[in-house]
Amino acid sequence: MILLSILFHTNKSSTIKMLFTSFFKTLVGKTVVVELKNDLSIQGTLTSVDQFLNIKLDDITVGNVDKYAHMVSVKNCFIRGSVIRYIQLPPEHVDTQLLQDATRREAGEKSA
Amino acid sequence: MSLPPTATASLVEEVDKCLICVLRDGRKLIGYLRTVDQFANLVFQDAVERIYVDDYYGDIQQGIVIVRGENVVLLGELDAESAQNSKLTRVSAADILQRKQVQLEERKKSEQEERQRRLTMQREQPDIVDDF
Repeated sequence: MILLSILFHTNKSSTIKMLFTSFFKTLVGKTVVVELKNDLSIQGTLTSVDQFLNIKLDDITVGNVDKYAHMVSVKNCFIRGSVIRYIQLPPEHVDTQLLQDATRREAGEKSA
Repeated sequence: MSLPPTATASLVEEVDKCLICVLRDGRKLIGYLRTVDQFANLVFQDAVERIYVDDYYGDIQQGIVIVRGENVVLLGELDAESAQNSKLTRVSAADILQRKQVQLEERKKSEQEERQRRLTMQREQPDIVDDF
């Protein structure tokens, strides 16, 4: 429902571009795992997202700390969207039906 | 094009903090963040490049550094407490550069050995290669 309300309150043209941003905004406060293109994977609490899918994480832990020694003294971080490969989401907080509907609605708006 | 107020997940909050910036080539810069923009172009003051080799690290003074946004992987706030607890040993700039050089040469050597090993294997069993 949160996602839907965000979609309705933004104007049409920006809705199309911002679907993923809006979606990630509904996951703020949840724990996610971000895998970067340099194979570093970071688990942390999502604190903010923007239109480039740049994200900020809190209380981060890094897989394979031995290889990434510089990350042990980092507690919160900003990750540039362009270097992200995957984001693992908590499935219980993702409403795929809602996402599917939002996509269909946009497709309809575009063709109309 | 007007950007929403949330542009660049507000790096503005990080300005004037001492941050570690990981670059796309794997280098790490540490310095005081002075300026940011929507591309995550960054300006650091009193920056050092920190080099890690095994359990040692060392800093190379860089002064003021401008980083083009596309090269930024990650920006993190340094936590003094966990930095103290870490098992890493700090060494001088000259020392860490020396260690880096040694590590590079060792890597080169092992790569060359591996190449040599594959070549001999191909020579001994040429029919395996023919299958492809």
